[in-house]
Amino acid sequence: MKESRLSSDTEEIVHKHDHELGGVIAMLEEIQSQHSYLPESALKTVATETGRSLVEIYGVATFYRYFSLKPRGEHLISVCLGTACHVRQGTMIAKELEDQLGIRAGETTPDQQFSLETVNCLGACARGPIVLVDGHYFSNVKKTQVSQILKKTLKGLDAIDVTKDPRVFPVKLRCPHCNHSLLDPNYLIDNHPTVRLTISFGEKHGWMRLSSLYGSYNIKSEYEIPLDTIVDTFCPHCHAELVGASACALCNAPMVPMAIYGGGLIQICSRRGCKSHIMDLANSICVNCDNRHTCKLIKPEKGVWYCEEYV
Amino acid sequence: MITLKINGLETTVEEGTTILEAAKFLGFPIPTLCHMEGLRSYGACRLCIVEIGEGTKTKIVSSCTYPVEEGLHVRTSSSRVMRARKMIIELLLASSPQSKTIQDIASEFNVKQQRFRQEHEDCILCGLCVRMCEEQMVAKAIGFRGRGENRSIGTPFDKQSEKCRLCGGCMYVCPVCSLRCTYTEPDKAICGGCGNHYVPCIEKEQFDDLMCYMEPCVECEISND
Repeated sequence: MKESRLSSDTEEIVHKHDHELGGVIAMLEEIQSQHSYLPESALKTVATETGRSLVEIYGVATFYRYFSLKPRGEHLISVCLGTACHVRQGTMIAKELEDQLGIRAGETTPDQQFSLETVNCLGACARGPIVLVDGHYFSNVKKTQVSQILKKTLKGLDAIDVTKDPRVFPVKLRCPHCNHSLLDPNYLIDNHPTVRLTISFGEKHGWMRLSSLYGSYNIKSEYEIPLDTIVDTFCPHCHAELVGASACALCNAPMVPMAIYGGGLIQICSRRGCKSHIMDLANSICVNCDNRHTCKLIKPEKGVWYCEEYV
Repeated sequence: MITLKINGLETTVEEGTTILEAAKFLGFPIPTLCHMEGLRSYGACRLCIVEIGEGTKTKIVSSCTYPVEEGLHVRTSSSRVMRARKMIIELLLASSPQSKTIQDIASEFNVKQQRFRQEHEDCILCGLCVRMCEEQMVAKAIGFRGRGENRSIGTPFDKQSEKCRLCGGCMYVCPVCSLRCTYTEPDKAICGGCGNHYVPCIEKEQFDDLMCYMEPCVECEISND
């Protein structure tokens, strides 16, 4: 089943770029970004769909260093060995990484965590030696920093600290049908009350709790939800299904609407793993608030979209 | 029609003709390796180089890919061309000395030794087999893979290609390995098919890894019966 999904995904990518001259490279790029490498079956699909010979596609795939025919690990580490980085001891950094990971350049660690490769220039020569990890640049890298970089990578370079990041704030949500609060103060995620929902998928029916911090994607659920599953969501109080009119812009799954205290709507994608969400604040800034005349709270200049008054 | 001068001789040829074709028409010999009638010109081996232009503004071009121009002056065997050509022959000899085709060309140009590190390549990347497979056999079973020093010719993923009909066209045109594989037991092989002075295939440990895309090899099958 996985195989057939892979090939239909690939077909979709192929048709997207088929009209372009030299679209093959764009296709391969997109396939690689999906699978982290170019699987043989995907190359065959590209060949049949574009009406080219497999050897032509294979020729392109092997010509560019960017493409990999072997599965890569979760994290891709590229060490620059271009002229500028080379004279600044880029090779020693590469050697140190090889030693610490226990692999040679071009290989992947047995636990599929790291792939190491050397590249010829990353375009930041003045700040060499450069190490590129999952799109994050580390400049002026010294041998002693290598272990730190690896540690940071394992922690997740994209991860944000939900307790400190100013972009993360708590929201209070209620059911758009029965207006009951969805917050569950007895169950904490990220040290905040959670948003409790009832979900069902397949034969399973149980609870799911979302972090109430806007910007945090931490969830817990009674049953493990497999990746890419679309779940049906219900209010735990009125048992009405939370289903919106709109579909996810990224994956086309239905969006789950939840109302914000003080007005406004948050919609999150019902597909597990999809991080798409919309916050609609059209009615929720102070200007539109029914209580604005009586409200005594201190308001920031640009207005607030959420206030304590409705807790 | 385009008029040009080749070695001082004026000739008129149709537009789109290459210098090589025009020179052949006049009877001037130009050695070629990666060129074959019926296949697209590729200009990989550079053996067919000629000097074009006049006076101090001359340049060396490969005649198999250069279309004729009005009033062009071409010299097919000037001293500059001969010097360059001999160097190319030496380089070819350095990479694949076992090739009968290259040996013949070397002896024709009186090149008796070469000054580079001796290698014994299975392939000089002339691309004849790739073009044969694509243009004459309409199969596209083999092609170029990789880049730079890792460039090689073969099937995708080194697996037997579904497109390959075992026609043997690639082996027929190969200037390096032509009819190399005439026997399945290397130690018993009296390899004369390629006319090589010694047997390149038995010196390799992996007989299978030689540039034979035919699996099973028709030649070997015949020898077995």
